[in-house]
Amino acid sequence: MTIDTATAMVEVEEGVKVVPGANTIIATMDKVINWARYSSLWPVTFGLACCAIEMMTTGSSHYDMDRLGMIFRGSPRQADLIIVAGTVSKKMAPVVRRIYDEMPEPRYVISMGSCACTGGIFRSYSTVQGCDSFLPVDVYIPGCPPRPEALMYGFVKLQEKIRKEHFRWSRWR
Amino acid sequence: MEPLEIAERIRERFPEEVVAVSEFRGQVSVTIRKGRVVEICRWLHDEPELRFDFLKDLCGVDYLGRKPVRFEVVYTLYSMRHRHMIRLKAEVGEDDPSIDSVVPVWIGAGWHERECYDMYGIVFNGHPDLRRILMPEDWEGHPLRKDYPEKGPEREWQGFREVLDKAEKLKEFSWKE
Amino acid sequence: MEGVDRPLETRELNVSMGPQHPSTHGVLRLVLELDGETVVKCTPYVGYLHRGVEKLAEGMTYLQALPLTDRLDYISSMSNNVGYCLAVERLFGIEAPDRAKFIRTMVCEMTRISSHIIWIATHALDLGAMTVFLYSFREREWLLDLFEKLCGARLTVSYPRIGGVRNDVSQEFLDSLYEFTEQFPEKIEEYETLIDQNRIWLGRTKGIGVISAEEAINWGLSGPVLRGSGVDYDVRKRFPYDAYDRVEFDVPIGKNGDVYDRYRCRMEELRQSNRIIRQCIERMPRGPVMAPDAAKFTLPPKERVLADMESLIHHFVLITKGPMAAPEGEMYVATEVPKGELGFYIVSDGTGKPYRMRVRAPSFVHASLLPRLCEGSLVADVVANIGTIDIVLGECDR
Repeated sequence: MTIDTATAMVEVEEGVKVVPGANTIIATMDKVINWARYSSLWPVTFGLACCAIEMMTTGSSHYDMDRLGMIFRGSPRQADLIIVAGTVSKKMAPVVRRIYDEMPEPRYVISMGSCACTGGIFRSYSTVQGCDSFLPVDVYIPGCPPRPEALMYGFVKLQEKIRKEHFRWSRWR
Repeated sequence: MEPLEIAERIRERFPEEVVAVSEFRGQVSVTIRKGRVVEICRWLHDEPELRFDFLKDLCGVDYLGRKPVRFEVVYTLYSMRHRHMIRLKAEVGEDDPSIDSVVPVWIGAGWHERECYDMYGIVFNGHPDLRRILMPEDWEGHPLRKDYPEKGPEREWQGFREVLDKAEKLKEFSWKE
Repeated sequence: MEGVDRPLETRELNVSMGPQHPSTHGVLRLVLELDGETVVKCTPYVGYLHRGVEKLAEGMTYLQALPLTDRLDYISSMSNNVGYCLAVERLFGIEAPDRAKFIRTMVCEMTRISSHIIWIATHALDLGAMTVFLYSFREREWLLDLFEKLCGARLTVSYPRIGGVRNDVSQEFLDSLYEFTEQFPEKIEEYETLIDQNRIWLGRTKGIGVISAEEAINWGLSGPVLRGSGVDYDVRKRFPYDAYDRVEFDVPIGKNGDVYDRYRCRMEELRQSNRIIRQCIERMPRGPVMAPDAAKFTLPPKERVLADMESLIHHFVLITKGPMAAPEGEMYVATEVPKGELGFYIVSDGTGKPYRMRVRAPSFVHASLLPRLCEGSLVADVVANIGTIDIVLGECDR
């Protein structure tokens, strides 16, 4: 059986069709843009406390975040992910919110560690009981501190969440 | 020199200032009145046989209801040359919570005194830069006092309330599925 | 040409090296007043990580307050635990058994190596040498794997307990650790080859951040920051605790008190820690790992709790109310953590909870030194100074 490669469409994945001879890929905009976004999430360097050390370890050569496409950017204007790693104190909360506000859309928030999720063991006068009181969080990673593998699993979960996004790329939101 | 001997020397030199000398498991505390604390510290620093040149720690303790004088400022001193240690406790009353600053004697006391002011409200006279260090500058109340609630006051700090309000207002612009 | 005759106007620039900055090692805020490239005034603002540890400890029993001390200097959590346990043990008048002392010495030195590895990695990263970070974290992973084999946690362990340690070490653990100590010295040489003779490194560290010996003592510094200026003060030698008086080691002392001398002090300390770990493994005595005669203060072993009524009662009271037989008194105990001298001043009022737990953190004292080191120097030296004083904001702010 012969196929005319210049016109036959082959479905390689659900929703993605390829015309081999014509060097064409046909897919929805959602799929392409989401794939581009989750494959190169750039976090802003934002470590607060102990979880920051585990984040640094995940970035170093043993666990290597770079293979997921993540490069730490210094300025929030160039980043699209903020990993709140560590305890957020009330003195620090305006700074965290300001850095989140400075990030351009689309932006995602990962809350890493028990202190960022719920305040952790520090139920005191100066600790914010969970950074989700002033930030919209996408993925929560519990642990004190979470292992680097747990952090990687959190990234994978965020990637799955981005994969399912619909129409986040249009001007008319 | 033995710690009890040092305590006796202090008592000999400043007999009206020393209130009590106590010993617990080898460590000696000398409780003094707060009036001439800088003079006592300078004498301890300069006296050739004592030479307390290293201030290990300066902190406050709140004895609400347990002792007649409410606060105590605790100085832990050590001598590099003679290798002996002593603890000095200055009584600070609740009605006039202020004491002279020992920054002229040990410059490292600066931040310890700022923290003591922040946490207990004890004012240090003559401190070069007395303002809050661990809490935000406009925080009300002194957290480590025994009558301060552990979970914080009912009325939230102004700065944090602003963050919450801003987050509430900007929620309408956030991405909704 | 117009505009050339106008006099040039210069003003001072206020820069906030804010809480979020790649080089500030945590949430430290420095407000620098700059005149061109020279720092005229430097004001540090700390407190962005204040979690109220001292207040929380007043409401918890002595055993419950132990995980709080882990998270003070989160890079070297074993040392913090040992410092706290030592203070509480001396307050209660109990002593850990010999085997526990050697184990605690061993893990403290492992933590010292781990902490100095992070220090050299981040210090070199800030000054431009990126490779040291990637090479040294490889050894740190080995150490963290060993911690996990020992007690289940990588970073914030609560392994040293009041009266001893939580569980015994296995022979497998000791063998892997011995293998680590055989291979580590050549790794230290690897790191030194990367930076020690490098012209840029020498130019950025020699003669920067100089502080003299008397000034250092007056400021209350401790640890490698003090020893780099030539003062022979090490808490392990002056107030020996655990097994430090039964192992041999040297304490490196610097001469000039600049960034380069402190760097050399810490690199030598890596070698000495390696030496101490080897001796601890070779001389480890046999015996229990929890004080057997301190039933009112330490948790009894689980097998006894489930079989014996008295142990069950002790266990119940210790967990719910804390050691009710604690004497009234106060105690200040200092230990040598990688950053300097960590002091715990505990006031006890006879109940099972500490009345006042004061943490004398070395990072707090060293952070106050920044204005003295930075004023008058260039902006690039501010980064070198922050790296050399080796602060961890968790300890500084508590």
